[in-house]
Amino acid sequence: MSVGDSATPLGKVRGLGSAREGGEHWLTERVTSMALLLLGTWLIASLLILPKLDLRTVSEWLHAPSGAVPMALLIIIGFKHALDGMKVVVDDYVHEPGNNFALNTLLLFLAVGGGALALFALARIAFGGGA
Amino acid sequence: MAATKSRPLSPHLGVYRWGPAMLVSILHRVTGAGLSIVGLAVLTWWLLAVTAGPDAYASFTRVATSPVGLIVLVGLTWAFFQHLLSGIRHLVMDTGAGFDLGVNRLFATLTIAGSMFLTALAWYILMGVGR
Repeated sequence: MSVGDSATPLGKVRGLGSAREGGEHWLTERVTSMALLLLGTWLIASLLILPKLDLRTVSEWLHAPSGAVPMALLIIIGFKHALDGMKVVVDDYVHEPGNNFALNTLLLFLAVGGGALALFALARIAFGGGA
Repeated sequence: MAATKSRPLSPHLGVYRWGPAMLVSILHRVTGAGLSIVGLAVLTWWLLAVTAGPDAYASFTRVATSPVGLIVLVGLTWAFFQHLLSGIRHLVMDTGAGFDLGVNRLFATLTIAGSMFLTALAWYILMGVGR
């Protein structure tokens, strides 16, 4: 499907029409949102179901595969969805190309760095000696 | 590709009368940004505190259960449910459904009522059964 073909002949001559990209970004936002519907609900439900939220209980919860695997997915997909969403906000309000590029790059670094940090912490809990 | 002709712009916010759909639309963006920045930061800090041991976890708990911490956590809970419910609304609207004025207004209003109800319910369970 070539998005650019949707431009009218007059639009093509004037160099107007769609940006010819963005469809995948749009769809990825929706698909990750569906995953987060499940994972976010799982997180809230888990926090409410856990008998206590002290260090020992939380460590044991995230040490078990039933806690560690959904949490890993939540971190990866959550940071990806946050990055995609924040890009839309930046693109909507920051039009100057240099500033737009700088902000989007900053967001990318923050998302990848933050996600790596959270995953590292989770890995230590999951693969550590236990509570 | 001379794209010199200025594109038509839609009128900006000031000309519209506020309604549920407009409120939910901007709330979706605000809660999304809040969850992306504050929500993921708190999640990452919490996971790091678990790995860092009892002292770090006690520091996290002290801040999280302070008045300001509780306001932030209740705010994040509400942001999560509001973003989740208006996200579901957006997924439905992406299929082309729910654009009739009455239906659209009803579902927009329901996301606001629902997010407040679910936030209250979650914290009732957390405070009552939890610690």
